[in-house]
This record gives sequence, C-alpha cells and structure tokens, in this order.
Amino acid sequence: MTAHHDAVVVGAGIVGAACAEALSRSGMSVLVLDASFAGSGTTAAGMGHLVVMDDSPAQLALTAYSGRLWAALAPELPRNVEHEACGTLWVAEDDEQLEAVRAKQSVYADSGVATEILSPAQLAEAEPHLRPGLAGALLVRGDAVIYPPNGARALLQRAITNGASVREGVRVNAIGAREVIAGNERISCDCVINAAGALAPELTPGIPIVPRKGHLVITDRYPGFCRHQLVELGYLTSAHTMTTESVAFNVQPRATGQMLIGSSRELVGWDGSINRSIVRRMLDRALDFMPGLALASAIRTWTGFRPTTPDKLPLIGSWDEMPGLWIAAGHEGLGITTSVGTGQLLADLITGRAPAIDPAPFAPSRVLAGVGEH
Amino acid sequence: MAINGAAAELNIVVDDQRIRVAAGTTVAAALFNLGTAAFRTSVSGEPRGPVCGMGVCFECRVTIDSRPHQRACLIAVADGMHIRTATEA
Repeated sequence: MTAHHDAVVVGAGIVGAACAEALSRSGMSVLVLDASFAGSGTTAAGMGHLVVMDDSPAQLALTAYSGRLWAALAPELPRNVEHEACGTLWVAEDDEQLEAVRAKQSVYADSGVATEILSPAQLAEAEPHLRPGLAGALLVRGDAVIYPPNGARALLQRAITNGASVREGVRVNAIGAREVIAGNERISCDCVINAAGALAPELTPGIPIVPRKGHLVITDRYPGFCRHQLVELGYLTSAHTMTTESVAFNVQPRATGQMLIGSSRELVGWDGSINRSIVRRMLDRALDFMPGLALASAIRTWTGFRPTTPDKLPLIGSWDEMPGLWIAAGHEGLGITTSVGTGQLLADLITGRAPAIDPAPFAPSRVLAGVGEH
Repeated sequence: MAINGAAAELNIVVDDQRIRVAAGTTVAAALFNLGTAAFRTSVSGEPRGPVCGMGVCFECRVTIDSRPHQRACLIAVADGMHIRTATEA
C-alpha cells in the first residue's frame, strides 16, 4: 500500500520537475515518477536556450513570464546548471529582415522585454565571426542558456527540499481517475499531472502531441569564438511552419567554450537515427552565417524529439475527460524556457490562485474542441 | 630525412621559444624532446598529454599555426611552424 499524495507528477523532464517544484512550494505533498531517470528524455536533447519568443501573443506571454522566473531563480541555481546570461542575437540578413527586427523590438517592449538593435558594425564587433554584410540584429540581453538535465535536477532538488519524493526507474502503465498504476502498484492521489512530454499521449489517449525530431551538433572547445546565442530571424518560420523538414541557423556558446549547432525539424515518427542530409543542410546554414566554423571539430551529433501540438502551444491545465487529471506537456522546442512558467501556472490553477498570465490559450480543452488544426 | 648522417633540421616555434628539430619529427616528439608534459588543458583545468601516440585518444592536442585542437602525434613538424601548448582550445 503506497501512501496517498496530493499530486503525482508523471515524467521528470524539466517540465515535470518544474511542476513538482511549484506544487510542493504550494504546500502539496508531491510524488514524481519517471520511467527512466530525471531529465533523460527530450530535456537531455535540447540546447537549453532560455529565450523569449513571439510566434504568438500567448507564446510571448509564457516565455517572457518564464524568463522572469528563471532570472529570479538564477542566483540560487547550483553551478552545474551552467546558467550563462549570454543573451540572444536575432540576426537579420537584409533590410527586409531588419524591418522585422524593428517590429519584433516593439512587440517585445509591449511585454516588458528590453532589447537593443545592433547596427552592422555593432554586430560585427559583438560577433566577429559572423559573415560580413549582415543587416543588423536584435539583442535580447535577458535571454540565457542552461545545461538542461542539471536544470531539471536542480528543480527536483528544490521540490525534494519542499518535501516531495522522486522515484526514478518507475514506469507508469496507466493513469486512472485520481490514481496512477505503475507495475502492480496503485498510487492514489488527488490529482495526476501528465508531464510525459512526447510520450504523454500513451498515458492520455486523445492528446494531440507528436514527436518532432531535431539534430544538434556539439563542437570541441573554441572559447570566445561566439559570445551570444545566435539565431537567424528566419528561425520562427522554421519552427512554426509544420513542414516535414526545415533547418535554421542557431549557434550557442557553452561555458566550456564548446558550441552547440542547430537546428533541424523533421516529422518522421520516433526514428532517432542521424539523418546525414539534414545535418549537412543544418551545418551549411551555420557555415553560411559563420564561415569560420568550418575549422571547428564537431565531436558529437545527437537527435531528440520535441513534443509538438497542432498550434505549437503547450497544453497546461485540466483534462476535462478525466477528473483529477492535469496536463503539462507539448512544449515543442521551448520546454526548457517555459518549464518554470508552466509549473507556476499549473500550481496556480490547481490551488485556485489567480495565475500571473492568462491560462486560456494553454487550456487542453482547446485541442479537444478542434482549435488549431494542422 | 637524410639516409646517412644527420637529418636535416627545421626551425619551429614552441610557445614563443625558437628551436631546431630534425625533419620528420612529429610535433609530439618535438614537444617531448623539449620536456613538455602538459600539451593541453582539460575542461576542468588539468594538464593533459599524449596517451596513445596514434591519433585515437585526442589528449595530445595543441594549437598549430593558430589552428586549435591539432593532434600533435599525427603531424610532422614543418619549417616555420608555430605551436602553442597548454591551451584550452
């Protein structure tokens, strides 16, 4: 007989960890279960870019809110989370994109996110290895990077300090009404949070989440070669458009001097093998922006699966089909950023507090109602 | 390399020190002959040097002519070559 818990969180990726942290901070008794170990799935595959994004007003609200929560958390994070306040540079290739940079700046300003527009000369000074002739960039100083698996573990550690329990290597077979079944154990609780990421539909049939594969390459150490997270302005097009295959220039400096090179998006089910042709396209895109990268040694390439919803917004809230079931899944490529906002939003909804941002755009019922179809 | 008698010598620069080494010497051998043990610095700041001597372990990496992460055990010295050791990159 397992003790009753106020909440059982299924999945100890960074989103589940953030939910456990926020729920336990609200005074709830929390149990976290993970089939493998904390932060080992999509969390371990991601870049760890804490980024404000404006693909939609709801995405902007959640990422800006999460950015503020991360900034408050940063001084308390263990060193191994490798929180680096490197900022993001959204790079514009031509005058048309520079116009988009100006629009982006005004949208960010409306959300209280401070940005600066860099001239071509300022951009060349900030990032000397970018190719000459770029039109400029938008600098978002508040953005940062972390090492995601340790970010998840740090959040779990805070939950444990608040009294939560974490059990790794426990596969949940089914989620029932106010209970979780794992092997021959039945764990009763007041609420269950399905935070199983791209695997969430296996436990809650009907959740419209599909795996969207990505590749990352990491280089050897070249300290100072790049100083900010660099993203091409066209990234949003790549991230938003649900084409079968897309790549975008996205390079990140790590604390070690290594660089992470992304990004790619593919809809190929759960095939995790390296697709050499898309890696080639991804690296060609990176070389187009940073020709000097050609001299760098790539030491590892891996893939991961973003949990993707039809409207690219996560599902955060109650699952009305089953009493006591809550969903915190479907964070696509932004789960590291939006984990902490998700945890707080969900804890506010569960405990009946007024959330800091409007939860309606994230309500799982929107996808049940057929909103945001492909 | 000369078949009989002394090998031809080349000039190289190791960490700002000019030295003469026999042609055909690997960079790793040239550094060993200088008494260098710390070829590179690990991510946690520890000195590292060659282990395998055949290009597999990557512990002998040095910066050669401004190119970081070159395997000293696989590269022969060239006249005028600049080698930098104990770098993080």
